[in-house]
Amino acid sequence: MKATDLRGKTAIVGVGLGGLPGVLNAAPNRSSMEIQTEAVHQALTDAGLKPSDVDGLFTGSSHAFMPALSTAEYLGIRLKISDTTMIGGSSFVGHLLPAAMALQYGLCDVALICYGSNQGSGFGKLKSMSEPQTYEAPYYPRHPITSYALAAARHMHQFGTRREDLAEVAVAARRWAQLNPLAFARDDLTIEQVMASRMVNDPLSKLDCCLVTDGGGALVLVRSERAKDFPRPPVYMLGTAMAHWHRQISSMPDLTVTAAAESGPRAFAMAGLAPADVDVVELYDAFTINTLLFLEDLGFCAKGEGGAFVRGGRIAPGGSLAVNTNGGGLSCCHPGMYGTFLLIEAVQQLRGEAGARQVDNAHIALCHGSGGVLSSQVTALLGDASTL
Amino acid sequence: MTNAFNGPGPDAVFAAALAEGRFMLQQCDECKKYVFYPRVLCPHCGSPELAWQFASGQGVVYSTTVVRRKPEQGGDYNVALVDLSEGPRMMSRVDGIPPHEVSIGLAVCAHIIDDPKKGKLLVFTPAQGGVA
Repeated sequence: MKATDLRGKTAIVGVGLGGLPGVLNAAPNRSSMEIQTEAVHQALTDAGLKPSDVDGLFTGSSHAFMPALSTAEYLGIRLKISDTTMIGGSSFVGHLLPAAMALQYGLCDVALICYGSNQGSGFGKLKSMSEPQTYEAPYYPRHPITSYALAAARHMHQFGTRREDLAEVAVAARRWAQLNPLAFARDDLTIEQVMASRMVNDPLSKLDCCLVTDGGGALVLVRSERAKDFPRPPVYMLGTAMAHWHRQISSMPDLTVTAAAESGPRAFAMAGLAPADVDVVELYDAFTINTLLFLEDLGFCAKGEGGAFVRGGRIAPGGSLAVNTNGGGLSCCHPGMYGTFLLIEAVQQLRGEAGARQVDNAHIALCHGSGGVLSSQVTALLGDASTL
Repeated sequence: MTNAFNGPGPDAVFAAALAEGRFMLQQCDECKKYVFYPRVLCPHCGSPELAWQFASGQGVVYSTTVVRRKPEQGGDYNVALVDLSEGPRMMSRVDGIPPHEVSIGLAVCAHIIDDPKKGKLLVFTPAQGGVA
């Protein structure tokens, strides 16, 4: 038994979104569970399945203490296995691992990964179940932005990264969002506008921060041997790896290096791939600095060169590397935790159904989830049938 | 030997010392490394043999940010990460200069102040001579 045995053994056969603008229901006065369930319904319909077909549940929540119990009860389903590993926003990319293992060992036959939140309409601001950290709280860090600001400041100090480089990330995300009818933020945006937006935690301004929106996402997974029995083209899990080194920012060993530097190489090793093989990149961009850190740590550029790498629209539509093609957390949606949306966008790209934002010849996608304050890192490589 | 499983927990010991105006750090008897925040096991080597030492109070700003806040709510304030000369890093703030003048690399020294809301609070001010 080895990790590489999981390569290609699990297939995503259904994806669904909920609570986003455009074709889906973005009305106010919808609960987190209602938004999540809209996404679940869309994913199951996509897969040609009913709720009663689901016998494995992998979920997390910003509102429910025992989310697997709440979700299963709401759907009226009886489960053989559930897992609610909670490592922040990366949890749902992380759920690929227990889901793949449970499917592979026959502990379940249809695995559902899901999340939903009405964080935008329900709270109107970032709301977190996160407990205060005893040795940080006395200094009133604003959670979570202060932590990311400290990382950005250190990156700028150590590598000469500029605020314009951070702004370039926000503008690229917006340009992708303008191609996505489901994205929340689609107005024109320039580097100058990002630079001029209200400073929140130096060096991060309001437009360096992700949105606070509603949203739900769900995915249906089965063993690959059954994948061709489903209506949509299957997308295969080629490699997934997790790493975490700290919980609070004061315990992060080096604020310029995330544990993606470990999860990335392990995921690539499981998949038998390298960064140059990747056609589409979906990175958890809670703040603009994330994108730079993950491009570096995952090997798309050298450490410290993230700022230079993104200049000149390199990760925007028409650039040389397609990054955050749905508009990301910065411009598409960010309902408290964003992990499911990384996977769903990758699946849509690999199926070739991403419309105006479709990346040509997309066969391999990288999804990278981050949770906490750059704390938990999960990298997943997905591929279409040609990559098996 | 000071086994951290005996007596009040390290959180309580640290807080009690701070309340009396002392900044204490744990040092591992096994690997000799210093530990912050306080723990019952050394995060470097796993040993529970952790002894309390007086901290030097000397440190260098590793990173810094200004949390922007409206003047009527108290105005902008600093949050910094300080690398202590003993090795550990901690979150704190630098007082004595405007929040935006706190810079990475600034040499700082610890002070225990009376905070209206938090009681005794460990903060830093620029050390004599400034840059480390």
